[in-house]
This record gives sequence, C-alpha cells and structure tokens, in this order.
Amino acid sequence: MDVIDLSQTDVRDLNRRLQGAKDGGFQVLHPGGEHALAAGLTTPVAVTIDGHAGYYCAGMNQEAQITVNGNAGTGVAENMMSGTVRVRGDASQSAGATAHGGLLVIEGDASARCAISLKGGDVVVGGSVGHMAAFMAQAGRLVVLGDVGADLGDSLYEAQIYVRGSVVSLGADCVEKEMTAEHKTELAALLEQAGLEADAGAFRCYGSERQLYHFNIDNAGSY
Amino acid sequence: MCGIVGLYLKNPELRDRLGAFFSPMLEQMTDRGPDSAGVAIYRDTEISAGEGKVILYHTDPDFDWDGIAQAAADDLGVDVTAERVSTHAILRATIDAGAMRRWIESNRPKLRIMSSGAILEIYKEVGLPADVLTRFGVPQATGSHAVGHTRMATESAVTTEGAHPFNTGDDLCLVHNGSLSNHHRMRNWLREQAGIAFQTDNDSEVAAGYLTWRLGQGATIAEALEAAIADLDGFYTFAVGTRDGFSVLRDPIACKPAVMAETDDWVAMASEFRALAQLPGVDSATVWEPEPATVYSWGHA
Repeated sequence: MDVIDLSQTDVRDLNRRLQGAKDGGFQVLHPGGEHALAAGLTTPVAVTIDGHAGYYCAGMNQEAQITVNGNAGTGVAENMMSGTVRVRGDASQSAGATAHGGLLVIEGDASARCAISLKGGDVVVGGSVGHMAAFMAQAGRLVVLGDVGADLGDSLYEAQIYVRGSVVSLGADCVEKEMTAEHKTELAALLEQAGLEADAGAFRCYGSERQLYHFNIDNAGSY
Repeated sequence: MCGIVGLYLKNPELRDRLGAFFSPMLEQMTDRGPDSAGVAIYRDTEISAGEGKVILYHTDPDFDWDGIAQAAADDLGVDVTAERVSTHAILRATIDAGAMRRWIESNRPKLRIMSSGAILEIYKEVGLPADVLTRFGVPQATGSHAVGHTRMATESAVTTEGAHPFNTGDDLCLVHNGSLSNHHRMRNWLREQAGIAFQTDNDSEVAAGYLTWRLGQGATIAEALEAAIADLDGFYTFAVGTRDGFSVLRDPIACKPAVMAETDDWVAMASEFRALAQLPGVDSATVWEPEPATVYSWGHA
C-alpha cells in the first residue's frame, strides 16, 4: 500500500502516480476537499481517500476501485466507464452524472441531480437524494434506499429507478411501474454488489412512460 | 463565478482569532474569484447607544478624510473622527450610523459608502484575495463573525464598486454567488416605494436593499429571507450578516454551490469544502449541504 499525503504534495503529482500505476493499493491522506482527486484512472488500482473530496473525484473512472472515507463534492464519478466508486459519507450534486458503466455507491445522502443523464452505470444511494434525480437518464440503474426529492426521473429515457422511501414528485414522463420478479432479482443482486442490506421487495420501480422521447406523427403539425 | 465564505463564532473565547480563522477561508476561494475581494467584519466591541460608524472609500490614497470628518461634525453637531485604512476610512461618531450615512449621501454624493452600522466594517478592493486581506489587516481582525467574497467578473467591470459584500442599511451585509433576473424592476420599486438608496447597478446590491427594506418593516432576517424566496428571481446562494446573526439561503433550484460545517465553537459556510478544510476541529464537525429554499440562521438572526 503506497501512502500519498496531500499535505506534502499536490493533486497533479497524486494523479500522475495513480494514472501511472498498473495495479496495487494507494492511500491518500489530507485530501482537504481538493478537486479532481483520483480522476482519469484506467487500471484496476485500489485507492482509498481518507477525508473529504472536492469536485469531480474519481471522474471518468475505468476499472479502478476508489473509496472516499468522507464526503464528496459535485460530480463524483462523473462519466465513469467501469470500476467501483464508494463514498462513505454524503455526495454533493450531480453524483454519477453521465456514467456509462461501473458502480457508484454513496452510503450517505446525495443532493440534487444525482445520476443526471445516466448512460448505463449503476448508482446506489444508502440515504436520500435531492431534486431532479435521474434527469434525462438514458440507461443504467439508480437505487435509493431513503427518500427522493421533487421531479424524479424528469424526461427519463430507458434508465431504471428503484426507491424504498418516499418520492416528493415525479418529473415529466416518469411513472411508477410494476415491480416484477425479474426486477426484484436484479435489484437484490445490485444491492448485494453494493454491500447495502435492504429487502428488494420493499422497493418501488419507476421508469419512462415513453411519451416524451418518442416522436408522434400526430403532433407533426405542431412543429 | 464567485466564491463566498462566512464564519460565525459561537464560542466568545475565540473572538480574538476571527481574522486568523477567516482569512485562509477566503484565500482558498481565490480560484473562484481572483479579480477582487471583499470582507465584512462584525467587531466585538462594546457599543454605547447611538454610536455609529461609516466605512468610506476613495480611489485617492491621500484623500482628506479629516476634512470630511470635520465637515460632518460641523453639520451634525457631534464629534466625528476619521481613521484611514488603506483606500478606506472609518468615520466614527456618537450618532446613529444611518444619520451619518444620510449626511454623506446628501453632502458628499461622490464618496463611496462601503458600510454603515454600529459594529460592521466592510472593506473591498480589486486584486488577489491574499493581497486584499493583508492590505486591510484582516488576519489580525477580532470579532464575532465575518462574511467574504471573491469575485470573477463575468457581466460587469472589475471595480471596487462591483465587489461584495453589499451593505444598504445598518449592520446588514450580503454576499451573493449567482445572478438575479428581476433586479432592475426590484431596484426601481425599492428606490421609489421604500426609499432605499443604491450606489451601483449590481444585482446583488438589490438583494441587500430588499433585506434592508424587510428588516425596516419589522421582519427578522429569517423572515426577510423567507420572503425573498418568493420575491427574488434568479440563481443565488446568499450569506448574510446582521449585527448579532448569520444566515444562509440557496434558491429553490440550488444551482450555486454551498457547504456548511458546524462545531460547538463555530459555524461556517463556503462555496466549496476546501475553504473549510483548515478550520480547527473541522475533522469532527457536522458537514452538510444546505437544502434548496431553506433558511439557515444562527445567533439572534
């Protein structure tokens, strides 16, 4: 395990070392809320950040296993392609934005626009999420064990949403769907992968009503 | 883009270190606003009734502040003293700060009023936050709370006038990250219907004027901010100081960032966590992101 202390060096040096490693483990000390920590990793390294991270932590991640023992700022794991990012505390807005693959686990709460424009990744939140979660999400899954703020899944495409708690309101074209046995099976597997204990049967399922993103020839005259 | 920070000391024993705690917070926000910076300091001084001070600004570093003090003393019939602080000056008198402010507005309209009140002092200048802090001796400042702003000008010139915090009435100050869309109409209304004076065309000054008007109507700052959610249109994270209180409000969409931290000794807010990372005891602080359209207040706010 290599230890990199950000009170002794800077973020550029940290990321250069992480991006240059093929495998192995790294512990990052004194992150101090700095931005872009462990961003752009492309190999299966394991990185533990002991403290709070700033914006875009673990951005564009591929294959790396990144854990934040603290909170994460705006855009944690944004545009992740693969790998796993785990935030032990809370995450700020736009967590997991546009993630194409991989798994983002937030053990605490996430604020506004969680999983915005999700493109195939999985985002699992142990606590609650703020407003406009999964806005325009195209593919992938958002799972929330707590409650959800206003306008969940507004302008949703084909992403799947599972919520155990309450939902303030659904956004345009987002509807509750039947929680099938298949849904329960895939959700139980995802929860296990995320390491969060919850009964898959206690969740509701939400998805797109497919009225908004399908062109309707009857409306041609309106354009 | 802008950076905003605020620090309110809950433990009075820390008040001689206000500036020492606060200055690194503002300096950390340099990346968000390297053009200009401003600070509002709430001094920890015993004030006797009717005592007030006005902070003034002039581009000429050798400006004759004693002459202004003498003219004010002659007209107002009280002792007025002037203390030069770099490009600013503190005018003190045994008279309500509002009366002194009105005298300056009427008799020296070209002088820029930074703040008026019993304990509030606002200093702002163009330049890097670190240089502005040093110039006004902020690291040595004592007091109960402070609010600061670093500015990256996007829509108007880099000037001292465009820098925050804004003060439009006794001991109230506001810093703003964002932009208001109904400031023009609101400014006219406040000017014509409520008699609030504005010194700039800046949207954030309108928010300060709005709160001053609400407080003048008898609202608490928490009530005034609740009303602002309905009346002010646009994007904002506000940090607001009053004589004995500190408040934070984000707009209902919450586009502009804010993070807060609280211990038994202090409560602090900033645009980004890294501004809070140096505060003593932050590792065991409660850290959270303020909810949209929710007023947070401390002290007798």
